[in-house]
Amino acid sequence: MRAMPEAKHPDDDASGVQIDMISAERMDGKTTMEKIRTILDGVREGNIVILESGLTPDEESRLIEVTMTEISPDEFNGIEIETYPQSQADDSSLLGRLMGREETKKLTVIGPANQIETLHKDETLISALVSRK
Amino acid sequence: MGLLTNLKDSISRAASTLFSEEDPKRIGIYGPPNAGKTTLANRIARDWTGDAVGPESHVPHETRRARRKENVEIERDGKTVTIDIVDTPGVTTKVDYTEFLEHDMEKDDAVRRSREATEGVAEAMHWLREDVDGVIYVLDAAEDPFTQVNTMLIGIIESQDLPVLILANKIDLEEASVQRIRNAFPQHETTPLSALEGDNMDEVYDQIAEYFG
Repeated sequence: MRAMPEAKHPDDDASGVQIDMISAERMDGKTTMEKIRTILDGVREGNIVILESGLTPDEESRLIEVTMTEISPDEFNGIEIETYPQSQADDSSLLGRLMGREETKKLTVIGPANQIETLHKDETLISALVSRK
Repeated sequence: MGLLTNLKDSISRAASTLFSEEDPKRIGIYGPPNAGKTTLANRIARDWTGDAVGPESHVPHETRRARRKENVEIERDGKTVTIDIVDTPGVTTKVDYTEFLEHDMEKDDAVRRSREATEGVAEAMHWLREDVDGVIYVLDAAEDPFTQVNTMLIGIIESQDLPVLILANKIDLEEASVQRIRNAFPQHETTPLSALEGDNMDEVYDQIAEYFG
């Protein structure tokens, strides 16, 4: 598996915000903790991480737990994470569950809590404001 | 044959009584910070046991440890439902100690509170994965329910096939909207209440007996 490239800021004053769009293929085959590290390492660098396929509910639960253990005053306040709510009465997810597969969520955006603010969210639209550090 | 059937019936009745007496279901009270989880836990505990579960406060993250109140016996229609109530810290994905400074707290106290709050959230998530048999999900009806924490937690609860009762709390507030919560989680029944005022608790107890009995 290829390593994530080092974060490169054009200037020392970090004039922009880096966005890492991670494909489903890249996350496939990673263990839960590897996925969480990929996300949190990026977010703690100040990057916005976008996952094509999102996380399972169990992975989300563990992401919250690991995030909590890494929060440190004046350094890391935690994450902001956004996904669309699961569509209701979804036959395919029921089928997936019957077949023993965990549901996979949709597109997911994760960023540092002090840099990303959700402006609006509903079933079909997520609007967020991203600021520099 | 009749004798055998009777014997089987009484064995299965005895087994189910034994099971329910030895193993009351642990019902976790979950939700975002400041939804009124401890107020509800105290209301239930006081109504049926006479004791409280923990201190209530308007300052977020007042509850920073999961607290269990065991063997709460709720009587409905001549039947008794016995549950353990687990009051859990409010779940969030971020904790910023500077928010506590706004509540007249010194920096040291605010930092300590934020550290305890993060431990509490991690603990709550652990209980949810491992140690609860059902969930009462409490929302502040005056707040927007379409938050990521609510979406994720309901998703986690559903993925574990735990029975979940959604409560729209704080209906005593003017800006409360129960319908907004119903719209956000149409796959679940939402019951309105004010845990603070004790409004609509009869229906809440009916629902607890139905969902977790």
